[in-house]
Amino acid sequence: FMQRGLDSQTKKQLEEEERKIISDEHWYLDLPDLKEKESFIIEERSFMACEDLLYGRMSFKGFNPEIEKLMIQMNSRGKEEEIEADDKMEADVSDEEMARRYETLVGTIGKKFLRKRDQRVLQDEDEDRNSNATPSKIVKKQFLKPKD
Amino acid sequence: MAARCEAAARVGQVVLPGDVLLLPARPEQSDERLLRLGTGAAAAAATRGRLLCGPGLRRCEAGLLVTKGGILRHRAGGGAFWVDSQQKRYVPVKGDHVIGIVTAKAGDLFKVDVGGSEQASLSYLAFEGATKRNRPNVQVGDLIYGQFLVANKDMEPELVCIDSSGRSSGMGIIGQDGFLFKVSLRLIRKLLAPKCEIIEDLSQLYPFELVLGMNGRIWVKAKTVHQTLIIVNILEASENMTAEQRKQALAKLSGN
Repeated sequence: FMQRGLDSQTKKQLEEEERKIISDEHWYLDLPDLKEKESFIIEERSFMACEDLLYGRMSFKGFNPEIEKLMIQMNSRGKEEEIEADDKMEADVSDEEMARRYETLVGTIGKKFLRKRDQRVLQDEDEDRNSNATPSKIVKKQFLKPKD
Repeated sequence: MAARCEAAARVGQVVLPGDVLLLPARPEQSDERLLRLGTGAAAAAATRGRLLCGPGLRRCEAGLLVTKGGILRHRAGGGAFWVDSQQKRYVPVKGDHVIGIVTAKAGDLFKVDVGGSEQASLSYLAFEGATKRNRPNVQVGDLIYGQFLVANKDMEPELVCIDSSGRSSGMGIIGQDGFLFKVSLRLIRKLLAPKCEIIEDLSQLYPFELVLGMNGRIWVKAKTVHQTLIIVNILEASENMTAEQRKQALAKLSGN
């Protein structure tokens, strides 16, 4: 019981000593000046980062339509990053129209998934509303046991 | 004796290797940053101290050391300095789009000549939609438009024909016919600048297709061989022609 504890204690002591030795030597480089300036200047060997160059594949007067599409796409991608304004996409359908359509849409699509019984119920309800006649009794079909 | 000068003062002038460009001293972070919070991105970048040191320049204790002769350029947005130099020999740089010629097929790997000191390697899986069963149809002698994935002085450069999202976005095997020729690197950068007059003038002539590699190689394809050769000659000569001479030459051609 005690031995395990002792071992872990000695281990901890050894670790602490190691840490003391290592921390002073390992983590500090010999050139503290350059380290300071690392975040200051970034070295870059590519011209693409400095100048605003276009995409290398080009096509003119419709010689290669795919590349013409690609040209528009790639060159505008670079410019979109500069424009940071939030442009809302113009909706094809206005909000009011959307609400109106949605009302009717829910009903029609919902009917598709009704079972046959409920469809009959719906039909009777519609007729009631239209005719304003006496409510007809809805006879629910029940399971008839086959006679022997 | 190396010249020491303020970086901002030498923009647009010729600098020689060995010149030291002094940068404005970085102010103390705590106070200045609070004061300048409202004054815009450029000021903020300067106070934060982020400066891009482009090709032809190296970092040294005092500021920037010039390693290539040329004209010093500066870009205000993001504070970048670089030297606009002239050379014909290409050194592979990561991220550059180049035209390469396939020289050898070694099992799963293609060896591509990009004009550098070593041949670049291109894996057969680095094409869009390539799997182990569905291999791309690349033969020796094909032209490839790709970008460098790895390019440093210690390792063999690697090309890929897809971008980071897995799409080809125009890279891959360049089609049949057409004409490949080599120009200096400065002309390529001039042609790739937005609103290049040479390209705009040429695009009025005939329909044609053009691929520009950052390694100095240009591939042109037009409807007839004659038209292709005309475009090639104009592109090669436009490095040494003034704008007027070029317009005269084009006027003669469109007159014919």
